[in-house]
Amino acid sequence: MSIQVALAGNPNCGKTTLFNGLTGATQYVGNWPGVTVEKKEGKYKEDKDIKITDLPGIYSLSPYTLEEVVSREFLLNGNVDVILNIIDGSNLERNLFLTTQLLELGIPTVVAINMLDVIEKRKDTIDYKKLSKELECPVLLISALKNTGIKELMVAVKKAANTQCKPKNIYAGKVLNALNTIETSLPTSIDTNRRFFYAVKLFERDDKIEAAIKTSADASVIEACEKSMDDDSESIITDARYTYITNVIKDCYKKGSKEVLTTSDKIDRIVTNRILALPIFALVMWFVYYISVTTVGTIVTDWTNDVLFGEIIPPAVDSFLTSIQCADWLHGLIVDGIIGGVGAVLGFVPQMLVLFFFLAILEDCGYMARVAFIMDRIFRKFGLSGKSFIPMLIGTGCGVPAVMASRTIESDRDRKMTIMTTTFIPCGAKMPIIGLIAGAIFHGASWVAPSAYFVGMAAVIVSGIMLKKTKLFAGDPAPFVMEMPAYHMPRAVNVLRSMWERGSSFIKKAGTIILLSTIVLWFLQGFGWEKGAFGMVDDIDHSILSSIGQTFAWIFSPLGWGDWKAAVASVTGLIAKENVVATFGQLYGFAEVAEEGNEFWGQLSASFTPLAAYSFMVFNLLCAPCFAAMGAIKREMNNTKWFWIAIGYQCGFAYVCSLIVYQLGSLFNGGSFGFGTIVGFILLIGLIYLLVRPSKESDTAEVEFAVK
Amino acid sequence: MTLNKVSIGQTVTVKKLSGQGATKRRIMDMGITKGVSVTVQKVAPLGDPIELTVRGYQLSIRKADAEMVEVE
Repeated sequence: MSIQVALAGNPNCGKTTLFNGLTGATQYVGNWPGVTVEKKEGKYKEDKDIKITDLPGIYSLSPYTLEEVVSREFLLNGNVDVILNIIDGSNLERNLFLTTQLLELGIPTVVAINMLDVIEKRKDTIDYKKLSKELECPVLLISALKNTGIKELMVAVKKAANTQCKPKNIYAGKVLNALNTIETSLPTSIDTNRRFFYAVKLFERDDKIEAAIKTSADASVIEACEKSMDDDSESIITDARYTYITNVIKDCYKKGSKEVLTTSDKIDRIVTNRILALPIFALVMWFVYYISVTTVGTIVTDWTNDVLFGEIIPPAVDSFLTSIQCADWLHGLIVDGIIGGVGAVLGFVPQMLVLFFFLAILEDCGYMARVAFIMDRIFRKFGLSGKSFIPMLIGTGCGVPAVMASRTIESDRDRKMTIMTTTFIPCGAKMPIIGLIAGAIFHGASWVAPSAYFVGMAAVIVSGIMLKKTKLFAGDPAPFVMEMPAYHMPRAVNVLRSMWERGSSFIKKAGTIILLSTIVLWFLQGFGWEKGAFGMVDDIDHSILSSIGQTFAWIFSPLGWGDWKAAVASVTGLIAKENVVATFGQLYGFAEVAEEGNEFWGQLSASFTPLAAYSFMVFNLLCAPCFAAMGAIKREMNNTKWFWIAIGYQCGFAYVCSLIVYQLGSLFNGGSFGFGTIVGFILLIGLIYLLVRPSKESDTAEVEFAVK
Repeated sequence: MTLNKVSIGQTVTVKKLSGQGATKRRIMDMGITKGVSVTVQKVAPLGDPIELTVRGYQLSIRKADAEMVEVE
C-alpha cells in the first residue's frame, strides 16, 4: 500500500535539507498546476511505497498568499495520508503556529523538531514527550543536517498512516461555543473529520472555503463573538492559537543560556549596520556580477559560443553531412538552423550555472533576506521588491539568467513585475546595436551609450509605477513582513542541487520552444524566390523574411524607420540581439561585418535621420527580448496568458516610446505639426496619466489556483 | 504610541492591532499579537523597513505596516 506524505513547515526550518535527505535522487521538480509555485515530489529512498510531496514553505494556512492556498488545497484534496510537519527547534513558538492549524485538518500528523544540534549548542531543553501529549500527536527530535533520527521518524510516519485522527481543539469559552454552533449547522455531506476545520475557516469568513463548500456561517454567531471580544474573528482565532502555544511552551521548553549574542547576531550587526550595510552590499553584488557576468561567466559563454558551437561542433557535423552527401537544405537546416540557433541559446547555460551557484549560496546562507531588507525602500516605490535588484543587475549582462534569477522573489506579484521589466535593461547583446547607432549616426558621441542605460532604467521605473496601478497587479496586496533567518554555512548539496534544477529546466526549454522558433526564423530567412524558382537564397533580399518585412514595414513608419531593412533587422534580433547588426550588413550587401558594423556606417547614416536612428535603437532596446530570454520568461511565468501579457506589454511599450521620441523629437527639430505629432502628444499624455493616477489597491487577494 | 515610532533598542508590549485584511493577518501570523513583547533592533540603511525581535526571532516589517500596531 502506498502512503502519501505531505511535508509541511515554515521557510528556513530545514525542510529542503530533510526532503533531499529523505528522497535522495528520486526527486521530481515541477510546478503546482497553473501557478508559479514550485512543487517537489519524491519517494522515500528506503521504502519506495512512501511518496513525499514537499509543500511550499509557509507560516500559516491563511487564504492570502499563493503558497498558502496551494498548500491548503493539496492538504484538503490531495489524498494525504500523513502530514510530516517539520519545525525549527530554535524557534519553537512561531513554528508551532502552523502546527496548530495542521492539527485541525483531521489528518494524522507527525511533528519533527529539527536543528537538534543548534538546540543542544544553546543548552536549551525541549520536553518532546510532554509536547507530544499536549499536541496529541507523535513528536520526534531530528537533525536533518546530521541525518540523526530520520529512520525513527519515518517509522513513526508509517505507523501514523494507519491511524485515525480527530481534529485537535485548542479553543475554549465563547469561541468554542461559536465554533460548535457553526459546526453543527454544516451540511451533513461534509466529512466528519473535516467539519471542525471548516467551522474554524467559516468563523474566520474565509471566502475561498465559503466558495469551495458553498456555505457560509450564520453572521450573527460570528458578530456576537466579535462584539463580546472586541476584535475581528480572524484576529480572535490567531490570538487563541498563540495563547495556546505560549501555555504549551511554558511547560515543555526551557531556554538554556539567557540572551547571549549568537554568531548570527554578530554577523548581522555588521552586515546590516546603518553605515556599513550599503558598502558591503555593493561589494557582494560586485563580486557576484564580476565572477558570473564579466569573468568566469564570459569566458565559459564565449568558449561554448565561439569554440564549442563555433569551431568544434559545426565543422564536425559539416564534414559528416558532406561525407554522407546530405541534401543542401537539410545541411543548412542542421548546421545553420538547429546548431546555430540552439547553440546560441545553450551558450548561456554555463554562465547561468555560475550565476545560479552564487544565488544559491546567497539564499542558503540567509543573505538574500538582507538584500531585500536593504533595498526594499527604493524598489517598492515602483512596485518591485528589494530582491528585484539582483535580476536587474544580472540583466546588464544577459536577460536569460536575469529572468531566471527572479525565482528568489517570494511574492508572486513582485516576481511577475520583475520578469516583465527586467529585460528593459540593456544586456550585453544589445551593445552592438547601441554601438552601431552611436558610431554610424552620432559619430561616436559619448552620450549615446549612457542614454541607452538611462532609457532602460526609466522604462523599468515607469513600467513599475504604471503596472502596479493596473488591474493586473492592483489585486494582490503585498505586505512586506519578512523573517530574517539566522545565518548559517551554505550546504554544498543544497547549493549544487538548486543550481542544477534551475539550469536544467532552462535546457529543457531550449530543446523545445526555442528550437522550434529558431528553425522557423531560419527557414524564413534562408528561403525565398530567386531567379524564378523557390529554394534557398544567397541574398537575404530575396528571402521570405524580406517579403514579409516589406509588407509590415509600414507599421514602423510612424517611428521614423519604415524602411523594410530596419523592420527585418528587428525581427532577426529575436534570435539574438546582436543579429540586428549582422542582418543590416547582409541587407547592405556585406557578407561579413565587424561587431558594430563599421563597414556600412556610411549607407546607414544616409538612410536614417538621427532621430529615426535613436527611435530605432529605443525600440530594439525595449521590445520583446531574444528567444532565449522569451523562453526564460515563459518558463518563469508558467502561464501562457501571462507570457503573452509580458511580451505584448514589452512590444507595445517599446512602440509607444519610440513613437513619442520620433514624433515629438521631429517637432522640436523644426518639423511640421501633423497627425503623427498629435498621436505622439496623446500617447505622452496617456503615459503621464497612467503614471500619476491614484492607485486603487484592494485588500483581497485574487489568487487563482487549479488544484482539483 | 504605534510601533513605527518606537526608538531603536526599546522593548514594548503590543496593545492592539488596527487595520484589517491580508496585511494585518500576515503580521499576526508572524506572531505579533496582543500582549507579546517586541524589541526594535534596527532600521535599514535607507530608513525603512525596521527589524524587530519577536517570539525569539528576527522579523522585518515596513514602517507603514508597523503603524498598525499599537504598543506601550
